[in-house]
Amino acid sequence: MNAGVFATRLPGDRAVGAAPVSVAVNTFREAVRDRVLYNLIFFALLMIGAAILVGKISIGIDRLVIVNLGLSAISLMGLVMAVFIGVGLVSKEMEKRTLYTLLARPIRRWEFLLGKYAGLLLTLVVNTSFMTLGLAAALLWVGRPFVQTDWLILVAVYFILLELAIVTALALFFSCFTTPMFSTLFTLGIYLTGCFAGGIREFGDLSQSTGLKLFARVIYYLVPNFHNFNAIAAAAHGVKIPAALIAQNTLYAALYVALLLIASSAIFSGRNLK
Amino acid sequence: MSTPAIEIVGLTKDYPVGFWRRRSRRALDNLSLAVDSGEIFGFLGPNGAGKTTTLKLLTGLIFPTSGTARIRGRLIDDIGMHSEIGYLPEQPYFYDYLTARELLDYYARFSNYTAAERRARVGRLLERVGLASAADLQLRKYSKGMLQRAGIAQAILHDPPVIFLDEPMSGLDPLGRREVRDTLIELRKQGRTVFFSTHILADAEMLCDRVAVLAGGKLQGVGAPGDIVSLEVHAMEVLFELPPSHEVPPVFAPNVTRIGARCRLEIPEPELYAALDELRRCKARILSVSAVRPTLEDYFLRLVNQQPNKPLRSGLEVALR
Repeated sequence: MNAGVFATRLPGDRAVGAAPVSVAVNTFREAVRDRVLYNLIFFALLMIGAAILVGKISIGIDRLVIVNLGLSAISLMGLVMAVFIGVGLVSKEMEKRTLYTLLARPIRRWEFLLGKYAGLLLTLVVNTSFMTLGLAAALLWVGRPFVQTDWLILVAVYFILLELAIVTALALFFSCFTTPMFSTLFTLGIYLTGCFAGGIREFGDLSQSTGLKLFARVIYYLVPNFHNFNAIAAAAHGVKIPAALIAQNTLYAALYVALLLIASSAIFSGRNLK
Repeated sequence: MSTPAIEIVGLTKDYPVGFWRRRSRRALDNLSLAVDSGEIFGFLGPNGAGKTTTLKLLTGLIFPTSGTARIRGRLIDDIGMHSEIGYLPEQPYFYDYLTARELLDYYARFSNYTAAERRARVGRLLERVGLASAADLQLRKYSKGMLQRAGIAQAILHDPPVIFLDEPMSGLDPLGRREVRDTLIELRKQGRTVFFSTHILADAEMLCDRVAVLAGGKLQGVGAPGDIVSLEVHAMEVLFELPPSHEVPPVFAPNVTRIGARCRLEIPEPELYAALDELRRCKARILSVSAVRPTLEDYFLRLVNQQPNKPLRSGLEVALR
C-alpha cells in the first residue's frame, strides 16, 4: 500500500506550545463547568457582610479589617482550590480513564502536565482577580477613597498567586505518583511546614544536637519558604514592600515551580497507565 | 515487500505485584506478530489474556518490559507514531462536561487543523456516526451506545491509517453492533488497518481477515478465521425422519437428538456411509447430510478450558509471520 495515501500531521507541524494551551483551556473549562468559581459567591457574601459589620463596629480601622479579612479569604480559598483541584489534575484523569484517548494522540506527557498546571493556574488567577475586585468593592462600600498605599494590596495578591503557583505544582507533583488522599496530606503538610520554615530553622539553631540542626537546615532549604510570601499584614497596615522582595519571590517561585514540573514530568513520563 | 502496518517483536509486559512490588506477574509473554496494511485484524482471548495490555503497549500508554513494536515503521516510543493511530479504549469515558462537538474539537486540536478544518471535520464525523442531533448535548447525558459512537468518532477523527479498538461492540445493542460493523467495513474499504479485540466471536468471524488468539499472555495462533476452524476434525450431521412405527436404531441412540418429528445424528466422518445404510434399512427419510465445522467459538471455548500456557493443538498451524 502506498504510504502516502494517509498523509498524517506530525507533532512537528504543530505550533510550539499548542498542545499545552489546548489542555490548559480545557482544564479551565472543566473548572468553570464544574462550578468551581461558585466560591466567588461565598466570597462576595463574606465581603458584603464584613463591610456592613465594619461600618457599624469600627471607627477608623475599617480599611485594616476589610483588607485583612479580604486578603486572608483570598489566600485561604485559593489554597483550598489549589490543593483539592491540584491533587486531582492527573489522578482524576487516570481514574476516569479520560487520559487514554488523549495520550494516544501526538501529545507528550510533559505537555499534558504543563497544560493541566497552566489550566489550574489560569483558574486561580481568574478566581483571585474577581475576589480582588470584590475586595475593592468592599473598600468602596465602607466609603473609603483609594489611597496610594493601596497598590500594596495588589502586591499582596500577587504574592498569594505566587504561593498558589507553588502549592499547585506541589499538588501536581504528588498526584503523579500517589493517591489523591496522600497527595492532599503531603501538599498540606509541606505547605504548613513551609509557613513555619523560618521557625524550624531557628529551632534547629537553638538545639545542641548537630543532627537536629542539620535536619532543621535541610527542611528549611527543601520546603518552599511561604513565610516570605505573606504580605497581608504589610498591605493592611500600609507598610512598604521592597521591590527586591518582589523580585526575589518571583524568581524563587519560578524556580521552585520549574523544578517541581520537571520532576513531575520525569515521574509521569515513565508511568504505566493501568 | 511493503512495511507491515503493525509489527510486534517479542513484546513482553510484567507488572509488579505485592506490597513491596518485588514479585511480578507476566501479563504478556513474548508476543510477535505482524498485521498488513488494510487488514481487519481480530484479537481474541478470554479475560486476562493480555489483549488490553497489548493495545495499551501499542498506543504508548504503558511501556514494555522487553520487546518492541512498530506502527507503519515507527517505533511505539516515537511521538510521531501517535499521528498514525486512532484508539478506542474499552468502555470509553470522556470529559462529560463537554458536548460531543466540543470533545471532538478538543481532540482535533492535537492534529493541527485550522479552526475551519476542525469545524468541518467534526460536523462531518458527527453526521457519520449518527450523533449530529445530539452534538451539542453534554456527554454526561449520553447513553452507552452514544458514548461508543463518540468514541469511534474520536478514534477516526484525524484519518489515522491504523485504528486500535478495544472491545468496540461491548455493551451495544444489535443495532449498535451492526453500525460498528459497517463502520469497520467502511474503514477497510478506505484501506485502513483495523486492529480490534473482541469477545464477540461471530463479529470476528464475519469481519476479520485474520485473527490472533491469546491466552494467559501467550499467543496461541494466528490465521484467517476459516483456516483456524477448518483445521479441526470434522463430524457429520445427518437430519432424518422415521416412519411412525420405527424407532431409532439402538446403535445410534446415544448420538441422536430429537427435534419434534426430526432426528439429528452426529457421527464421525468415516462412519457416515454405514450409518446411512442403517437408516435406509429403517425406512428413514434422509433430509440432509452436512459437515459439522466447529465455529471460532468452539475453538475459543476449548482454548479457555485448556492450560493457558499449553499450545492448543499440535495440528494447528500457527501462521506467525
